[in-house]
Amino acid sequence: MHLPDIDATCQALSNQLQTYLETYPHSNPMIIGIRTGGVWVAQHLINTLNLPEPLYSVDISFYRDDFNQKGLNPKVCGSELPESLENRHIILVDDVIMSGRTVRAAINELFDYGRPASITLACLLDVGQRELPIQPDVCGARLTLQPGQLIKLSGPEPMTLNVV
Amino acid sequence: MTSDPCQLQLAPNGQLRHFLTTEGLSKELLEEILHTANSFLDPKGQLIQKVPLLRGKNVVNLFFENSTRTRSTFELAATRLSADILNLDIQRSATSKGETLMDTLWNLEAMHADMFVVRHADSGAAHFIAEQVTPNVAIINAGDGRHSHPTQAMLDMLTIQRHKGQIEGQVVAIVGDILHSRVARSQIHALKALGAAEVRVVGPATLLPKDIEALGAKAYYDFSLALRDCDVVIMLRLQKERMQNALLPSESEFFKLYGLTAEKLALAKPDAIVMHPGPINRGVEIESAVADGPQSVILKQVGYGIAVRMAVMAMAMSGQQTTQAGPEAP
Amino acid sequence: MKYLHIRNAHLIDPARSLDSLSDVYIAEGKLVAIGHKPPEGTIERTIEAGEQWLVPGFIDLSAYLNEPGYTQKGTIARDTQAAAEAGFTHICAQPHTRPIADSSAVIQLILDKSSVAGFARVLPLGALTQGLAGEQLSNMVSLRNAGCVALSNARFPIKDSYVLRRLMEYAATYNIRLFITPNDPALACDGVMHEGPISTRLGLAGIPETAETVALAQTLLLAEQTGARLHISQISCARSIDMLTEARNRGLNVTADVSLANLCFTDETVNGYNSRFHVEPPLRSEADRQALLAAVNRGELAICSNHRPHEIAAKKAPFAASEPGMSLYRHFLPLLLQLIQTDELDRNAAIQALTELPARALGLERGLCESHLFNATLINPSALPSEEQPDDLSSPNTSGQPGMATATFVDGFQVISSH
Repeated sequence: MHLPDIDATCQALSNQLQTYLETYPHSNPMIIGIRTGGVWVAQHLINTLNLPEPLYSVDISFYRDDFNQKGLNPKVCGSELPESLENRHIILVDDVIMSGRTVRAAINELFDYGRPASITLACLLDVGQRELPIQPDVCGARLTLQPGQLIKLSGPEPMTLNVV
Repeated sequence: MTSDPCQLQLAPNGQLRHFLTTEGLSKELLEEILHTANSFLDPKGQLIQKVPLLRGKNVVNLFFENSTRTRSTFELAATRLSADILNLDIQRSATSKGETLMDTLWNLEAMHADMFVVRHADSGAAHFIAEQVTPNVAIINAGDGRHSHPTQAMLDMLTIQRHKGQIEGQVVAIVGDILHSRVARSQIHALKALGAAEVRVVGPATLLPKDIEALGAKAYYDFSLALRDCDVVIMLRLQKERMQNALLPSESEFFKLYGLTAEKLALAKPDAIVMHPGPINRGVEIESAVADGPQSVILKQVGYGIAVRMAVMAMAMSGQQTTQAGPEAP
Repeated sequence: MKYLHIRNAHLIDPARSLDSLSDVYIAEGKLVAIGHKPPEGTIERTIEAGEQWLVPGFIDLSAYLNEPGYTQKGTIARDTQAAAEAGFTHICAQPHTRPIADSSAVIQLILDKSSVAGFARVLPLGALTQGLAGEQLSNMVSLRNAGCVALSNARFPIKDSYVLRRLMEYAATYNIRLFITPNDPALACDGVMHEGPISTRLGLAGIPETAETVALAQTLLLAEQTGARLHISQISCARSIDMLTEARNRGLNVTADVSLANLCFTDETVNGYNSRFHVEPPLRSEADRQALLAAVNRGELAICSNHRPHEIAAKKAPFAASEPGMSLYRHFLPLLLQLIQTDELDRNAAIQALTELPARALGLERGLCESHLFNATLINPSALPSEEQPDDLSSPNTSGQPGMATATFVDGFQVISSH
């Protein structure tokens, strides 16, 4: 299958986010990447859009809904978040959105840090196959996978897409 | 047939499914415990906020031996993982009526616990319980007789890692009543597996078991000698009974020979750290100036203790879940 | 004369230099002839021995039978049958019962139960002190007259050396045999296994060697002083052997035994907190085991079973909380034969250690002799015990190991027969 060009897709996402921020001007937006792939994409967005705030990250290992099936991730890293997210406008970034469960876990975790003013979801790739009613606000590209296929982003430099 | 506790605590896929002893665990697994514990701490060493990882799970504290300190850290750890926790003060109820341990366990079956945290006066008790209870209940050893106190040992390892960078290559001295110490035994196994350069045990012959060198530690009667080139000094608590059972003449003589004073500490490396599992006996094992001094990390150990207990509880629960779920690894 | 004819047995009686295939003829409870049928009389029954070993019946110098008082652990009927199936014709029962065997009434009860059961005969050991409390002399002469072959302290402590001396002097007056287990309770303290690298690693309190050797030294010196007839029960240390040799060299007439468990197992078996191997005396190091085997092979040490069964609840507990003792009768022959098979035990020395040496300690006769009461056992060294025994948690695992007694004769009566 034909994989989209990473650089072009990142650029597309960046452009869309720029447009979005001009349409809905949020004061002091902060970028939070979902580990690990979302963090690389978020770094890229910060660089291209010259956003002032540093990069934050959220590790959803402790918020997943599949502990009973899969147990604990042995490589858990921890989140890097400011002490409070009270009233902040958050741009939540992930590399690939599929079932929507990762984003659900990330949102639950963010709410444990306070009540955000808003969360905007930005994803590099949307491969469909949702199991929850969660959609990105901005998206780099859409893709359809064959049944059983998964797509993985490797990085941070260079970022490459692989189908497994 | 009775199994080896070191192997019983591992699931077929190598994951932890009970935490009974540090003996026999690979360097990789011990490092995974430390890594997971670190993920519950922020860069300053404070606990991160509560996480929902074990929500809906039932943890039961089975303390056959009194200990408010250890029990409350396990309670805190379970709570921070959003588990439900129940404290059973067994020593006051069943066994004083003459109920055997087996009978107590039968009665606990109905509780449908996911995990028991067990402290017992008999060496091998946690292993016994792990063998006897229905499978799928994770057993965490909070101390069994003189044998093992693995969570204490791991929080000590975490302390060394966070304050010295790593355990590998360190010269560590463990001082005091080694004979009766489950903490010391667990520390020796963990230190050796994690690559400590040398583990020294220090005390009079009455408190050093003759065969301690078979565990990989070197016995020293002379504290000053043992402190030379030392990176980490771990002082053990001396119990008052030792003076009664013809093991030691007096606290004052013990302090003279094995008490950690500023003067003695100066014999170790200048950046050596001082540790103690607590509670400390000021003026017996250690003088206040050292306990409260710049090289002491004693107060930090408590916070690390909660993180380590969160880590082993999460890992053991995870190991139990994935063993039941089937052979597919996460 | 009606004979029981045993055909084509491998007779082994080292004391009489018997080691050959032969027939034996038994009548009126006595061994009448070895080899050819005597001219008078007819054969009533023939047992085809098929080259199975025919050896003098074993004598057990120590077994913990559980009547009266501990029937949840075992009964005289069950244990004397198991003993006979292991080749024992006579077993010495320790006095630890409830009530303690320190009165002729209890001795009589034990003898009656043994006789009613009709398997191996019980030779009661009376209590050395009243209530086995270690302080007051028991009624030694009455106990002997009631049928005790010796008096034992059953590993219970004796208050101090003064009391031990007086016990020995009194017993010596009437030529009463003493079976003493050497154990210094202060040094043994709260130990539950051999003090060594394994006890250190497992965090279990250890019983040092000196708990046995210090008590043994005391016992031997006092026996020398008092002239008591002394048998040392169940040694476990190599050092004890040297001390016994030294005492004998000085002229002390002292006998000793070792439990089969100490010849087969070491403290390694305790790994994993296996309460099956929680026994008294404790299982010690490999060096001790080898020295004990060598002593048996030199003919210096008798072997006993020290059979001590327990109910499941007594063993299903953390090690230190479990009760000490091993149920050995059902596993005795497989374990013994394995030691012989692997050349750790010399076959003839093993048989002597179970027949002639215990007999000597008790002042009995034992052997395949013509015109003696027939006490013997027919052993098939290659037969696998057929029934799966229910696991009581106080037995070692000998599944797959061969060795069974197919016939045992106690004082002329056949008490065991199997196919």
